[in-house]
Amino acid sequence: MLTKRIIPCLDIKDGRTVKGINFEQIRDAGDPVELATIYAKEGADELVFLDITATNEKRKTLSELVNKIAHHINIPFTVGGGINSVEDVQVLLKNGADKISVNTAAFKKPDLINELALAFGSQCVVLAIDTKQEVDGNWYVYLNGGKVKTNTLCFDWAREAVDRGAGEILLTSMNNDGTKKGFALDITKQLSVSLPVPIIASGGAGNKEDFAAVFQEAQADAALAASIFHFKELSVPELKKYLSEQQIPVRL
Amino acid sequence: MKTVIIQYNAGNIQSVLYALERIGCTADVTDNPEQIIQADKVIFPGVGEASTAMSYLKNRNLDQVIVNLKQPVLGICLGMQLMCRHSEENNTECLGIFNEKVSKFTPVEGVNKIPQVGWNTIENLKTPIFNGIKESAFCYYVHSYYASIGNDTIATTQYGIRYSAALHRNNFYGVQFHPEKSAETGEQILKNFIAL
Repeated sequence: MLTKRIIPCLDIKDGRTVKGINFEQIRDAGDPVELATIYAKEGADELVFLDITATNEKRKTLSELVNKIAHHINIPFTVGGGINSVEDVQVLLKNGADKISVNTAAFKKPDLINELALAFGSQCVVLAIDTKQEVDGNWYVYLNGGKVKTNTLCFDWAREAVDRGAGEILLTSMNNDGTKKGFALDITKQLSVSLPVPIIASGGAGNKEDFAAVFQEAQADAALAASIFHFKELSVPELKKYLSEQQIPVRL
Repeated sequence: MKTVIIQYNAGNIQSVLYALERIGCTADVTDNPEQIIQADKVIFPGVGEASTAMSYLKNRNLDQVIVNLKQPVLGICLGMQLMCRHSEENNTECLGIFNEKVSKFTPVEGVNKIPQVGWNTIENLKTPIFNGIKESAFCYYVHSYYASIGNDTIATTQYGIRYSAALHRNNFYGVQFHPEKSAETGEQILKNFIAL
């Protein structure tokens, strides 16, 4: 039986892991390869590396890091942050990344998704969406790490991206991110039941019950979290044991 | 002991190379027929689309090279599918090493996501390639097409329907999952192949 995936996310700045709370108080958290290896050993199903510097000068640092990660870890991993072109993706895949995630650049130039799917296959194209529910009750797409609002509905953009060849959706709710009060169940469920690709829920994980809810109620295919794992509030084995007890299929 | 990975226009070659390094095996990546024929072990990887991959192989005469290999050969994912008789993916005639045919998943109740992405269990394990692997061990899959169950089936997986997780005929092996991304289970399977 296909299992639900638990995906720790590592933020990378200048080739190092950083930890922060709501992007405040960012501090060095060590070697990403070491941390990734620990997560892989603990039973994480995949990893996501998000380069939060992602400037052109630092891109070489990132591809070298990706190469090092690919040598060391024996589970799939996705790399995202500042990806703008087929060439950007080529470098990351050649260095051993399994998938890449695109966000703002794809929204600004949707053909990028078609180009990437054609060149590398949908299986390696993850569309990341940052979304926020406004007072009108609708979920809108935000760009540039949540700084820029658009008038496009999250669901419309997700559907268009899937039609263009995105193979998975990484959905982050800005309302929930950093709150530790649980994932955004309604928008996650709307996407998961309507779209034919896996949905990775992100933002708001505060305890193991939140993961159970996003899998059972919102029917997410995978759940991503960062701080809850980094700050050791919850370990991957502990989480998976709990989910298994709740009859949620996980890899043990 | 010489292991080669067949170089062609399909992804995941680096991942396979690195996974072999992790189990202490060096390999060359090549599309040179002589080098492939002389190797002790041949790995035929692949992520991509069937008809494009088959034309690429045919244009370089690699299709004939592969079917005539006598040493152990391991096809991975698309590599395994190309070793089957026929693929529904753009109606492609494949290498015909395995008698099974490759079809696209159709959505059924409870299984509406295609491709299948993630960790699933392997059952009904046969042949030494699964030495030391427990029934229902987890492997990592990414695929939209699957091989049917037939005489060559040496492992099965359930995703909506039950299909071939692995195939074997003579010196040829194929796995639908990605051993290079399947943690310790995958590493053991690669070790078993190298030890054949």
